[in-house]
Amino acid sequence: MESVLAFCFAVAIAPLLPAVIQKTKAYFAGKQGPPLLINYYTMIKLFKKGSVYSTSTSFVFKLGPVVGFSTSLMMLLYFPMAEVAPIFSFHGDVLILFYLMGLGRFFTILAALDTASPFEGMGAAREAFFSTLAEMTIFAILILFFKLTGSLSFYEFFSGDQAIDLMGEYSALLILVVVGLYVVMLTENSRVPVDDPATHLELTMIHEAMILDHSGPDLALIEMGAWFKLLFYSGFLARLIDPFHAENVIVNGLLFYAVVTFIYISIGVVESITARYKMPQVPKFILTPFILVFFVIILSMGVMQ
Amino acid sequence: MANIMHIQNNERFNRANIPHLGFDSFRKELLDLAAKGGQIVQFFAYEDQGTYKLLAVMRQINKLFVTGCNAPDNFESLTADSEKFHMFEREIGEQYGLKAEGHPWLKMVRYHKNYTGKKDVFGNDYSEDIPGKYPYFTVEGETVHEVAVGPVHAGIIEPGHFRFQCCGERVFHLEIQLGYQHRGVEKLLQTVPFKRLPIIAETIAGDTTIGHSLCQAQAIEALADLKVDEGASIVRTIALEMERIANHIGDLGALSLDVAFNPPAAYFGRIRGEYLNLSQILGGNRFGRGLVRPGGVTHVMGDEQKQLLRDKLAELTPEVEHVNDLIFSAPSVRGRFDGTGTVTYANAEKIGLVGYAGRACGLPYDARVTFPTECYGDLPANQNKKIDGDVCSRATVRREEIMHSTVLINTLLDRSEEAASYIPQEVELAPDSFVVSINEGWRGEVSHCLLTDAKGDILRYKVKDPSFHNWTGLALSLRDTGISDFPLCNKSFNLSYCGFDI
Repeated sequence: MESVLAFCFAVAIAPLLPAVIQKTKAYFAGKQGPPLLINYYTMIKLFKKGSVYSTSTSFVFKLGPVVGFSTSLMMLLYFPMAEVAPIFSFHGDVLILFYLMGLGRFFTILAALDTASPFEGMGAAREAFFSTLAEMTIFAILILFFKLTGSLSFYEFFSGDQAIDLMGEYSALLILVVVGLYVVMLTENSRVPVDDPATHLELTMIHEAMILDHSGPDLALIEMGAWFKLLFYSGFLARLIDPFHAENVIVNGLLFYAVVTFIYISIGVVESITARYKMPQVPKFILTPFILVFFVIILSMGVMQ
Repeated sequence: MANIMHIQNNERFNRANIPHLGFDSFRKELLDLAAKGGQIVQFFAYEDQGTYKLLAVMRQINKLFVTGCNAPDNFESLTADSEKFHMFEREIGEQYGLKAEGHPWLKMVRYHKNYTGKKDVFGNDYSEDIPGKYPYFTVEGETVHEVAVGPVHAGIIEPGHFRFQCCGERVFHLEIQLGYQHRGVEKLLQTVPFKRLPIIAETIAGDTTIGHSLCQAQAIEALADLKVDEGASIVRTIALEMERIANHIGDLGALSLDVAFNPPAAYFGRIRGEYLNLSQILGGNRFGRGLVRPGGVTHVMGDEQKQLLRDKLAELTPEVEHVNDLIFSAPSVRGRFDGTGTVTYANAEKIGLVGYAGRACGLPYDARVTFPTECYGDLPANQNKKIDGDVCSRATVRREEIMHSTVLINTLLDRSEEAASYIPQEVELAPDSFVVSINEGWRGEVSHCLLTDAKGDILRYKVKDPSFHNWTGLALSLRDTGISDFPLCNKSFNLSYCGFDI
């Protein structure tokens, strides 16, 4: 029961949090920013609309948003938000999860290529390249966590005797992992300095370029998928850095989401104080955390022996 | 008579005094001058009593030259020997059906029927819908792909078509096709009643209102022997500098927005508005409309306005400095600006870049210094030191010019002359005359050239916006650059579409 409620709460709050980023950026720019509920309004607006399909597209184009949305939603099913056991959990679920994400991306890319627009092809190429690089870091982190906990399940990473805890035995190492995961989060969710979610310039877009032709409910599904994904990554990060632990489930949940909100605000701050990198510099930026995490793995070997 | 005549900016000449050569010596004369570093100010065709003639105004260091000839229907292209004539010959072909033989890329400029009824040079049939014969330069090969952008763009931007030949992210070549906003301004200026001329000049390019209306006013003043008093000159100069500041500030904000660095974009958006409001105090319109008229200015600047301007400038200048520091001190912004979209000095010279784009490449030409009009003769010049030809240089030139213009305005505000009130008067243009007028608009050299016929009516009105030179510069800056840097390069030039399309 708790698991289901935690899942529903995560789904419900996912559209709210990105508005926090917008508010933060607006604060830095001396503006008022959109209302906090902006994304709910956008959803309602988009679902009321119809979708426009180009005559040159096939069923693949319609499949993209659906698969993308459902895979992102599934991530939340497996992830233990706020220390509550997830709905599904088994040994090896992390692997399934990241490959599900890969599946979602695969279909988004296919849908983009299906439009035959030069922008979308370009965006797809960039997305495929950059996310491949980011994947190396993710799997390095999973290898490390497997080494530390002997488990391949999200729930077990953060529970039991061997649980990963920033206050624990490997705290110094975990700080590097947090940095690495933060960079991966920025990359995977197309945030500055890798991508610019606010730009209108097709030629510089990465993720946005792929979804230029989607409209109405399709676009709504894509947007929601993106919010779930961002919530998943910041939840993952929050579980690593969350210093609080309360016995009461609700208090614990509130503390957890406070940390998550803090992470969202930090994204807003990063976006306000840095410009985007030049495209050729982005791979270096994405590969840096891989090197960090790889270094951590080497260090952890020394510690274990 | 010499083959080429030395003239002054805004100086009226009898057309009979302009050297009239045979085409071959005309061609040789221009190419010689171009080889010696001369640049083209105006090069166009016109009809005079049934014959077609060519006229060229060129500048070399600080001198202006003019020469002309009868135009053969087919003439040997000058572009074949010097790239500087490239766009001009295409324009001549389009407007008058005179074909430059041996032109390496003879393609229409704005897609319209020629004025003369001659056979179309490009083989287009204008009764058909666009696209007609729209050849694009293509690169062939397995890994080469083509990206077409526009003419309808995302965001607030004028229509223009950009065709990239790419290999992955790398751009081999960019071709820019404009003309979507062709309104026939030149034809219009020759036909409308005289009092409407300033209103049309103001709308040639909405962001260069003062630049174009000033050129026109000066040309007409020269043709009609009108004198402008010192006070009106001061107002005109301040208006031109105010236009420069507002546009440069808007551009710097947009540049920082394009690299996803939001705060300065928001601040500069607001500050630009403040400068536009100052223009309103000066001339009653935020965009400088209705201020400059042949013979003077419509708004007298009194002590009250002067004080308002002074106070507001004193308040805004530190803010502008502060935001500029924010942009130029952010390492991530420098990482984007530095070395992006470089146009080499050699290329800039070859195609004759003007304005800040030229100055960022090390071409020092500034019409305010070289051919001063109004109050510029006794005002100090700005010398920019960053001349790498990249986005950063173009941004830095703007930053310096904002400060320089502020100093100029403050200097002028301290002068005591007051403009006489403007009274519209019937003017008569001198017959059979020629005048060329050059001003440094915020984007670069704006030039109007007027020819009158025996009755004193306008025979040919030629308008040239700096964008006519500089679009080629944007295309060159993209060579071997990532396609994702195009919007940034484009913004760093920020050229006018409608000024080009006229």
